[in-house]
Amino acid sequence: MSTLFDVKNNPRKAYISFAILGIALFAFPFIASNFGNSWVRIMDLALLYIMLALGLNIVVGMAGLLDLGYIAFYALGAYMTGLLASPQFAAVLESFVNQYPMIADGLRAIVGEDAARDGIHLSVWLIVPLGALLAAFFGALLGAPTLKLRGDYLAIVTLGFGEIIRIFMNNLNAPVNITNGPQGINLIDPVRIFGVSLAGEPGSNATVQLGSFSIPSVNAYYFLFLFLCAVIIFVSVRLQHSRLGRAFVAIREDEIAAKAMGINTRNVKLLAFGLGASFGGVSGAMFASFQGFVSPESFSLMESIAVLAMVVLGGIGHIPGVVLGGLILAALPEVLRHVVEPLQRNLFGTVLIDAEVLRQLLYGLAMVVIMLYRPEGLWPSPKHEDRVDANAKKRHDEKEPAALAA
Amino acid sequence: MDTFIQQIINGLVLGSMYALVALGYTMVYGVLNLINFAHGDVLMVGAMVGVTILQILQSIAPELPGIVKLGIAILGAIPVCVIVNVIIERVAYRRLRNAPRLAPLITAIGVSILLQTFAMMIWGRSPIPFPQVMPTESFNIMGALISQTQVMLLILATIAMVGLVLLVEKTRMGRAMRATAENPRVAGLMGVDSNRVIVMTFAIGATLAAVAGVMWGANYSSAQFAMGFVPGLKAFSAAVLGGIGNIYGAMVGGVLLGLIESLGAGYIGDLTGGFLGSHYQDIFAFVVLIIVLTLRPSGIMGERVADRA
Amino acid sequence: MSEQTILNIAGVNKRFGGLQALSDVNIKISRGQIYGLIGPNGAGKTTFFNVITGLYQPDTGTFELAGKPYSPSAPHEVAKAGIARTFQNIRLFGEMSAVENVMVGRHVRTHQGVLGAVLHHKAAREEEAAIRRRAMELLDFVGIAQFANRTSRHLSYGDQRRLEIARALATEPKLLALDEPAAGMNATEKLALRELLVKIKAEGKTILLIEHDVKLVMGLCDRLTVLEYGKPIAEGVPAEVQKNPAVIEAYLGGAH
Repeated sequence: MSTLFDVKNNPRKAYISFAILGIALFAFPFIASNFGNSWVRIMDLALLYIMLALGLNIVVGMAGLLDLGYIAFYALGAYMTGLLASPQFAAVLESFVNQYPMIADGLRAIVGEDAARDGIHLSVWLIVPLGALLAAFFGALLGAPTLKLRGDYLAIVTLGFGEIIRIFMNNLNAPVNITNGPQGINLIDPVRIFGVSLAGEPGSNATVQLGSFSIPSVNAYYFLFLFLCAVIIFVSVRLQHSRLGRAFVAIREDEIAAKAMGINTRNVKLLAFGLGASFGGVSGAMFASFQGFVSPESFSLMESIAVLAMVVLGGIGHIPGVVLGGLILAALPEVLRHVVEPLQRNLFGTVLIDAEVLRQLLYGLAMVVIMLYRPEGLWPSPKHEDRVDANAKKRHDEKEPAALAA
Repeated sequence: MDTFIQQIINGLVLGSMYALVALGYTMVYGVLNLINFAHGDVLMVGAMVGVTILQILQSIAPELPGIVKLGIAILGAIPVCVIVNVIIERVAYRRLRNAPRLAPLITAIGVSILLQTFAMMIWGRSPIPFPQVMPTESFNIMGALISQTQVMLLILATIAMVGLVLLVEKTRMGRAMRATAENPRVAGLMGVDSNRVIVMTFAIGATLAAVAGVMWGANYSSAQFAMGFVPGLKAFSAAVLGGIGNIYGAMVGGVLLGLIESLGAGYIGDLTGGFLGSHYQDIFAFVVLIIVLTLRPSGIMGERVADRA
Repeated sequence: MSEQTILNIAGVNKRFGGLQALSDVNIKISRGQIYGLIGPNGAGKTTFFNVITGLYQPDTGTFELAGKPYSPSAPHEVAKAGIARTFQNIRLFGEMSAVENVMVGRHVRTHQGVLGAVLHHKAAREEEAAIRRRAMELLDFVGIAQFANRTSRHLSYGDQRRLEIARALATEPKLLALDEPAAGMNATEKLALRELLVKIKAEGKTILLIEHDVKLVMGLCDRLTVLEYGKPIAEGVPAEVQKNPAVIEAYLGGAH
């Protein structure tokens, strides 16, 4: 099916496909708005998940490293935004004053009096790259101990790291309050682009004014996330067809042969972890701004597994497949919630399977069924030229030298 | 000093449960080279079935002694867990025996999620309290308290482990299991039916997990659909610590991890000047796992785990 | 003199627990030679390969490539220094196409990284094009250019071996080390392989070869070393080695 977008072999078809897709994507929020905000909101979250899935795809799909703690990078991006774009820092500072006054003074000197009172409020233009960098750093850091480990062990260790980060997020509210513990951080600034807040001005009922246009806030975020998604897809595609991308796949296919061909597997793996993590960090930062608050609940192991399920369902290593997987597993449960719950109420008088259960059921089934019956995913990459050609029969060693026949 | 003894006791209790579950992981790993990610959820199934049975017993036969009630609960949980584990092997893992290693692991994760989801559907989302069936007086050992439930747990765990050792060392099936773990193909040539051995392995693992599950629920007085995942991971860490694939290693690793966790949680406040408290307890298992895999992947008693060229 | 000696290895010892896998093995290969390493099964030939290419760490030994000492500490360093190898059990990147496999071989002599990949600027594009060009050339050289876009694990056995050789050649090695390239081939395929190796030698490449097929080895190699139980028992031109009684005993007679 990837022949739909194959620019090299069938450019006209590819460009038409892109055009249709582009129009559909652009028009979607305007059409959906007629039915309320929830559909666009679902897509917003789905886009965030798609970014996550693409990031995980670099680690799992391209390099073959099963990272089960991936959500940690989402959490890092989100919490970083929580600290750097909300009043939280003021609270952090205050708690330092009580416990470690010297550090408190130092921090106050660095950030200035305003920030000490109101918290730090960096703009989105800084938050996004910072989130990417922070996540990339941690990606390499957490990947480092796993470099010599084999598949299953690597998975468990990364899972452990993910859990460790979540436990820290949940508990770093005493003795000094950094993450505000289980309550999380709220009042996070929405994204502001050129002075326009994507959450709309207070009192506007979450509507963004652009000159004479006004669009709902969720629509504004939709376009922002769509743009970021496109960037991430672009980067992924470029990576895939590059020397580095080949190195990733070589490591996945046969690490020993890769080493023998001169690939420094340690560095390349760290790069994979870092790059993959950076996508997660960006997505997390956007999530924090979009939702306005972050709490440790959003970053459980189930979320790591959900992202993995998206990659697996769609087609490990195949970018359009991963996008599809993300779309299905992120949007479908929400869509079903709107459909299935009322349906059950009508049929049975009560809700037997609620949306949360449905969501988990889908994830579990996706992974088991796909691995058993279609491990390459719903939309796998098209095979290389594997047709058994009649022409290809002519091979070099079929000269049948007469000398040997005797 | 009595805090120390208390932590030791807690650690032994915790460790025995880890050991029981770690045995399941290590045995499956020994024959299939697979981490049965869903094993912790088998513990959960055991606990859920156990609590259901206990609730029934409380209402129809409340005068039975606590030990008997727990015993019935365990005996009821075992077949369910065995059936679940055997079905999992048959449906999810058997087809993937020769697949690249990521595939069975991903499937195992999916199975784990499905088990939790089904448990959620059957028993709901909220924790279910375990009826207090054992008498509440605790024993006092050198100033530390140990409840009767905990004593029962230690006794049961010991019986189970001794029983397993006898099975593995002295019986025909045990020999077959050891042979298959060493070299499935050659064992097959000697007439060992590897499928039967594998099913037996899953069944035994499930039995141990069922016991651990019911006792875990009794010890912590509640059971919930998500309760299996963390103990499962920790038990896996214990198995790695002791040497994956090695039964004695799993037992040693389990008890050791329990002690590390208990003592660590007790003293971490002192060690870090109050910065980290006992709610960081869960981290210990992961830290141990990471350290072991980084420095000595073969664990305390295990064979080499690292890849050869 | 040292420019003419491509590989100079001396005094290699390697012990695995109780087993002395290699005892004091020396090899000296001159430029442009095809040098054979033969011996009965289990003699330590592949172990030796693994040691000189960095997969195993030797206990002792000095290692010199084209006159410069090299440390066989990590396989990718060895590849960078200039030894490229193939494997006894073919190790291709199965899911990649044939040409992509060979392109990976170019990795060690090229350098575009993340920025090059994402920005796709002129230098990066040119390097990519050069990589692909060279890969196609090498596929053509070994005779499988028509399968360039085929998934490599779907190639025939003989073609897979050729592909592995092409991939090794892509690293621009000073020494090409082939581990039983003729294993599992029939007579026709072996003849074709022989032709390929002669062709490679004609290009000025130096080859170190592990092989079991004695006829192939005798007809192809300029010099041989024979290993038995990890010890070198003979060294010299094929004609001499063939007549060496210790060699004959190792292969044919004796308590084996």
